[in-house]
Amino acid sequence: MSSAPKPGHEKASKFKPDQMEYYDRDELVQLDYRRVPEKNWMDEPADIRHGNFIYPAKPQKLEYIGFPNAREWSPLEEDWKLPSNWKEIVLDGIRERIGKYRSFRVFMDICVRCGACADKCHFYIGGGDPKNMPVLRAELLRSIYRNDFTTAGKLLGRMVGARPLTLDVIKEWFLYFYQCTECRRCSVFCPYGIDTAEITMMARELLNLLGINVNWIIQPVADCYRTGNHLGIQPHGLKDTLEFFAEDVEEVTGVKVEVPINKKGAEVLFVTPSGDFLAEPGIYTCMGYMALFHEIGLDFTWSTYASEGGNFGMFTSADMMKRLNSKIYAEAKRLGVKWILGGECGHMWRVLHQYMDTMNGPADFLEVPVSPMTGTRFEYARSTKMIHIMEFTADLIKNGKLKLDPTRNDSRRVTFHDSCNPARGMGMLEEPRYVIKNVCRNFFEMPENTIREQTFCCGGGAGIGTEENMEVRLRGGFPRGNAVKHVQEKHGVNVLAACCAIDRATLTNVCDYWAPGVKLSGITELVANAMVMKGEKARELNFRKEPMRGEEGGGHV
Amino acid sequence: MGIIVSFLAVVALFLVALVGGGGLGLTWLFGEVVPYAAAALFLVGVVVKVLRWASSPVPFRIPTTCGQQKSLPWIKQAKIENPSTTLGVVIRMALEVLAFRSLFRNTRTELKDGQLSYSSNKWLWAAGLAFHYTFLVILLRHMRFFMEPIPGFVRAITTVDGFLQFPVPEVYVTTLVFLGALGFLLLRRVSSPQLRYISLPNDYFPLFLLLGIGVSGAFLRHVEKVDVTAAKATVMSLLHLAPSPQPLSGVFYGHLFLVSVLLAYFPFSKLMHAAGVFLSPTRNLAANSREVRHVNPWNHPVHVHTYEEYEDEFRERMRDAGLPLEKES
Repeated sequence: MSSAPKPGHEKASKFKPDQMEYYDRDELVQLDYRRVPEKNWMDEPADIRHGNFIYPAKPQKLEYIGFPNAREWSPLEEDWKLPSNWKEIVLDGIRERIGKYRSFRVFMDICVRCGACADKCHFYIGGGDPKNMPVLRAELLRSIYRNDFTTAGKLLGRMVGARPLTLDVIKEWFLYFYQCTECRRCSVFCPYGIDTAEITMMARELLNLLGINVNWIIQPVADCYRTGNHLGIQPHGLKDTLEFFAEDVEEVTGVKVEVPINKKGAEVLFVTPSGDFLAEPGIYTCMGYMALFHEIGLDFTWSTYASEGGNFGMFTSADMMKRLNSKIYAEAKRLGVKWILGGECGHMWRVLHQYMDTMNGPADFLEVPVSPMTGTRFEYARSTKMIHIMEFTADLIKNGKLKLDPTRNDSRRVTFHDSCNPARGMGMLEEPRYVIKNVCRNFFEMPENTIREQTFCCGGGAGIGTEENMEVRLRGGFPRGNAVKHVQEKHGVNVLAACCAIDRATLTNVCDYWAPGVKLSGITELVANAMVMKGEKARELNFRKEPMRGEEGGGHV
Repeated sequence: MGIIVSFLAVVALFLVALVGGGGLGLTWLFGEVVPYAAAALFLVGVVVKVLRWASSPVPFRIPTTCGQQKSLPWIKQAKIENPSTTLGVVIRMALEVLAFRSLFRNTRTELKDGQLSYSSNKWLWAAGLAFHYTFLVILLRHMRFFMEPIPGFVRAITTVDGFLQFPVPEVYVTTLVFLGALGFLLLRRVSSPQLRYISLPNDYFPLFLLLGIGVSGAFLRHVEKVDVTAAKATVMSLLHLAPSPQPLSGVFYGHLFLVSVLLAYFPFSKLMHAAGVFLSPTRNLAANSREVRHVNPWNHPVHVHTYEEYEDEFRERMRDAGLPLEKES
């Protein structure tokens, strides 16, 4: 990113670049978008420094999933220890991919550089670095494509935006294709629908061929391949975790909920991102699922083998995405369930909605999802046989199957963050809003250019939500944080609801930094708070074991 | 730098034909060989490019959804912004191609005192639309040079376009809008530092080329008052594959040459967006991937970690935890 400490790099501070406190909030966005570097972007090398890159993958993790060129290396060193034929690998990789993806081939050819995408990217808005304009991010790769795969590029070189492949180009790719969260906001505005997510996916595949990857992605991928989830929770550990959650649910509600795991013959397989098993506030959403399923008497099962809805494989290659995703249908088949229900997650739903059936279907051993409570037949999912918990819950509420007391959430003044993938890779906009409005009485929308299909990324999607690139995340989270701050000041919003595990984790930092005082919450957590359960005790505590109606026992103050 | 090179390139091209076709009388070259070669390059180039795009499959169904999905019956679907049917896709594409729907969404992001704001910004949309439509009308107007008898709709367009009836011959409104829109697009690219930064020489070249075509055309009509009969005879002879270029002015051959360059340049440049937009998978597919299975032709098998392998590794711990097993050992 352009501003902040320049070449001398790290500034004097008692904090480290992977800590939020290292960055001064006002200084960070002292930006003038009109100021651009003097040199042509092709002559401006990548500035890799602590705080803006992610550590390389550990070799043993790469070897476990059979990825090539596993080795110890550092982005901060001059020598990246690439294989001797690295150029050939990259160019062959491009050739293969333009043959496999029309999107890639067309998007390489048709950009007119109109600039409509430029100020749509959260990283550009929060950082001002021109190479974070989607158009220029794509040119980083296009310039190589032109040079080796187009007539004009071969003949006219730089005049038509072509440049030869060098090590500096690879370094630039590493920096900037891990400063893209594949959120697709730019593709909403592009007159030709050019989708930077497609380009970033291709670039990351190419980098992976050279053994250039980041551990924050590869470790979860390897762990997921082995244990069934990104966090590496083993089957007995997952059982302990879920039983522990059941105890908490009982403590809060007085209702004992069951924990069916790997149960053959259950009607529904439930799959959620593993983030819901580990960290606050996701775990409260997980407790919410358990309370909800108990209350409606859903015959469901958890799976330990398919204990991950998310798919960090998507952030490495299409093949790896398929390898991880395969577990869901395989497990549904083994357990003999009728259909699959998915939890609150963002990129998970991009995979389930736009990729799963194509990659690992057809799921002809399953049945079209039918809600056992309402009888609603989810025809629009008749091929994948998988529906979203928000669709399922919205249908329950619409049919009056839940007894709700929204006043229990009165201490919460809620706004809703549309997660990128459910918004722009699916279009699930109304279902979560309908659910929230039925369980909370204080709901406020953020400004219209920051929600629905125009929603801003949390800044940590696509596998870059780690501490070591904190500067990138804080900058990328700025547009969202700024919109949250707006409704915080205007409406006293204190809860940012999101149906995505990555949002719940990364937006916690974003809010602490840009809109302190606003806390993250999953939607099913809000549902479970408001849900009047059969046989419940007087509900004094919410799932966070805080006083249900706020500290003062009343509404918002 | 890029802008100067592009400008000089267009000027040089024009001068070459001005001198060659006019002064030197090389009408066989600028009136026969070049237009034919350019037309051939255009046709073959565009077809080859489109076939090459089409030869790459669309492995995944990846529409960018810009509105509510089709889900529960009581939730209103955005049938065009998030189409689930072919009809919806056709309408979405029509709006995209005919009205530049996505560009219409354009906003300007501003940061002031740490506060972001987004305002509607339709200038690019308006200028882009104005340029493309006036270019289309100008092409249609030129049909009177390409057809005998002149079709009624061409006469009608010409009449409406010349409603100003001033001076003589009357100025077409489209000429003014065409040049104005191009001027705006050029000015926009030059005046914004960010746009200047992302612009390549080949972003300026087509703008100057089109401006050159427009200005030389207006010059032929209003200043030089070109011999329309001779011009038409030249064009008609080309179309009938019996070329007999008339001795016309250098400016005429300059104009014709720039048009030829545009045709030849088209398939090798970003101008191919005109065809590419139809093949863009984020726009031309129905967002019904949970309803109908999308087939990937190269969906090759991959290594997976099977349940059996998983249970083999964790069997003891699963048994101790009381989890059900497929095999006891």
